[in-house]
Amino acid sequence: MKTYLAQRLGIAVLTLVGMSIVIFALLRFAPGDIVDILFSTGGYVNAEERKAIMKELGIDKPLVTQYLEWIRNLLTGDLGKSYRYDQPAWDVIRPLIPVTLELAALSIMVAVLLGVPTGVISAVRQDTTLDYVLRVFSLAGLSMPAFWLGMVIILGLVTWLQWIPPVTYVGPRENFWLHAVQFGLPALAVGYRSSALIMRITRSALLEVMREDYIRTAWAKGQSEGIVIWRHALKNAILPVVTVIGIEFAFLIGGLVVTENVFNLPGVARFLVQAILWRDYPIVQNIVMFIAVVVILSNLFVDMLYGFLDPRVRYG
Amino acid sequence: MASPATVELPAATRALIARPGVLTVLGRFIRKKPLGAAGGFIMLAITVTAIFANLAETHDPIATDAAGTLGAPSAEHWLGSDHLGRDVYSRIVHGARISLIVGLASSVLGSFFGGIIGLLSGYIGGKTDLITQRVLDILQGLPLLVLAMVMSAALGASIHNVVIAISVPIIPRAARVIRSSVLSIREMQYVEAARAVGVRHLRIAFRHILPNTVGPFIVLMTAQLGSAILVEATLSFLGLGVPEPYPSWGRMLSVSAAEYAQKAPHLVIFPGVAISLAVFGSNLLGDALRDTLDPRLRGA
Repeated sequence: MKTYLAQRLGIAVLTLVGMSIVIFALLRFAPGDIVDILFSTGGYVNAEERKAIMKELGIDKPLVTQYLEWIRNLLTGDLGKSYRYDQPAWDVIRPLIPVTLELAALSIMVAVLLGVPTGVISAVRQDTTLDYVLRVFSLAGLSMPAFWLGMVIILGLVTWLQWIPPVTYVGPRENFWLHAVQFGLPALAVGYRSSALIMRITRSALLEVMREDYIRTAWAKGQSEGIVIWRHALKNAILPVVTVIGIEFAFLIGGLVVTENVFNLPGVARFLVQAILWRDYPIVQNIVMFIAVVVILSNLFVDMLYGFLDPRVRYG
Repeated sequence: MASPATVELPAATRALIARPGVLTVLGRFIRKKPLGAAGGFIMLAITVTAIFANLAETHDPIATDAAGTLGAPSAEHWLGSDHLGRDVYSRIVHGARISLIVGLASSVLGSFFGGIIGLLSGYIGGKTDLITQRVLDILQGLPLLVLAMVMSAALGASIHNVVIAISVPIIPRAARVIRSSVLSIREMQYVEAARAVGVRHLRIAFRHILPNTVGPFIVLMTAQLGSAILVEATLSFLGLGVPEPYPSWGRMLSVSAAEYAQKAPHLVIFPGVAISLAVFGSNLLGDALRDTLDPRLRGA
C-alpha cells in the first residue's frame, strides 16, 4: 500500500510537471500580450514605455527563466502578480475559490442524487417503457449545453414567476434562501448533465451484478426487492460508479466555466474566462494549474477509496 | 465437351447464404435500435440542412435590418429576428454548416492522430508505450473544455484554430481506445504468422492490425462528434470560438441573447434546441453503433 501510494504520487508529480510545461508553452503562443491589450484602447505606446512595462511585468526575460521563476514561486506559495489587477494573484483568486467549491459540491450532489436512483430503476426495469424514458432523459442531459439549460431556467423563472434571480453575489449570511437559490439553480443545470454519465454507469454495472448467483440466491430466499437491489446488488455495482463520480468531479469544472458566466457567480471558473480574454498570464497559468492539481488529486482519492469500498482490491 | 455443371441452389438456400442487402441491414438496425435509428435520422436531417443551407435559407443570414430588430416568430421571420434584425431561422440553418464542419473536422482529426499514436504505442509497447501513455496522461488530465479554451485563446479566433483547439484534447482519448484494441489484436495468431513470414513491422501495424480497429474507431468518432459540437458551441458562446460573420449556434446564444432574453425569448430557445438536437442525435447514433459494432464497450 505504501509503495503503491509513493509510486502513484511520483507519477502524479511528473504529470503535473508535464502539465505545467504544456500550460506555460500554450500561453506563450498567444498572439498579442498584455501590453498590447492594456493599450489597445489607449492608442499608441512608444517603444521605450513598452519596454519599461514589459520589464516591470517580467515578460522581457527569456522563456526558460520565466518558466523556472514561475515554478519556483509556485513551490514557495507565491502565485505571482496579476498584470491586470496589479495585485498578488493569490489575493485575486482566493475569494473566488469557496464560490466554485460550493457550486461544485452542490452539482455533484445533484448529479449523484439524480443519477444513481434513475440508473437503479432503469436497470431493474430493463427494456420497459420506464427504462427507455429514463435513458432518453439522461441522454438529453448529456446533450444540452449546461449554459443553455441555465439560460432556459432563468428565462422560465422570469416568464412564469416574474422573478429574476439576483444578478450579484448574495452571501449565505446575508440572505440564506436567496443564496441557496442562487447556487441551487446552476447546480441543477450542471448536475443534470453530470448525472447522465452516472446514471448510465450505474445502470450497466447493476445489470451485470444482477445476473450473479448470489443475487439469485437472495431472490430465492424470498428477500424483498428493496433489500436485494439496494443492499446486495448495489453494493457490488458501486465501484465503477465511484470511478465515474471521481472523473465527473474533475470534468465538472468544464461545466462550471460557462455556468458561472451565465449566472454571474464570482467563481474561479468565470474568472478564468476573463483572465484568458485579458491574457493575464499568471492568473490563467495558476488557475489551470490549480484545476490540474484538483483533477489529479481526485483521481488519486478515487483509487484510494477502492480499498475501502471493496476489500478485494489490494494495492500491489 | 460438357461445360461444368452449375449447381442450381434452391431459392431458400440462396437467400440464406446471400449477403444481406443494405436495406435489410438498415431495416434490422431500425428494428433493433429504434433510438439509434432516430439519432441517425436527426443527423441525416442536419447534414442535409447543412449541405443545402443556401436553398433552405429564407434570408441572407448575415444581412442586418435596423427596422425589424427582435421580431417575434412570424410569417416573414419563421423563428423571429435578432437584435440586429437578422433572420434567426436562416442563421440556424447556416449554423448547422459551421457546427457540422467544426464537429466533424475536429473529431476526425483528433481520432486520426490519436488512432495513429494509439496504434504505434500499442504495437511497439515497452518504453515507447510507457512514455506515450504518460504524455497522454498530461493532455488528458485537463478537462476537455479548459484545454480547448486555453488553446483557442492562444491560437486566436478562426475556424481552423477552433478545429485544432477541439481536436487536440480528443487525441489522448482516441489513442487510449485504439491502443487497447491493438493490444489484444497484436496477440492474434495471424499477426504472429505475418511476423513469422517476415513482414515488416510498419506493414503489420498498418496493413494487418489497423483494419481490425475500424469498429472501435467508428464508434469513437461518433462518440466524439457530439462532444466536439458541444465544445464548439461553448467556445463560441464564450467568445473564444468561431468568429463573426459566421453564424454559429453557440455565439447566437452569447451576450446578445442573454441581454434580450426577456424581450425576445426565441433568441435563447431556438439556437439551444438546435445544439441539443445535434448532440442528442450523435449521442443516440453513437450508442447504437457502439452496441452493434463493438459489444465489448457496451455500457462503457
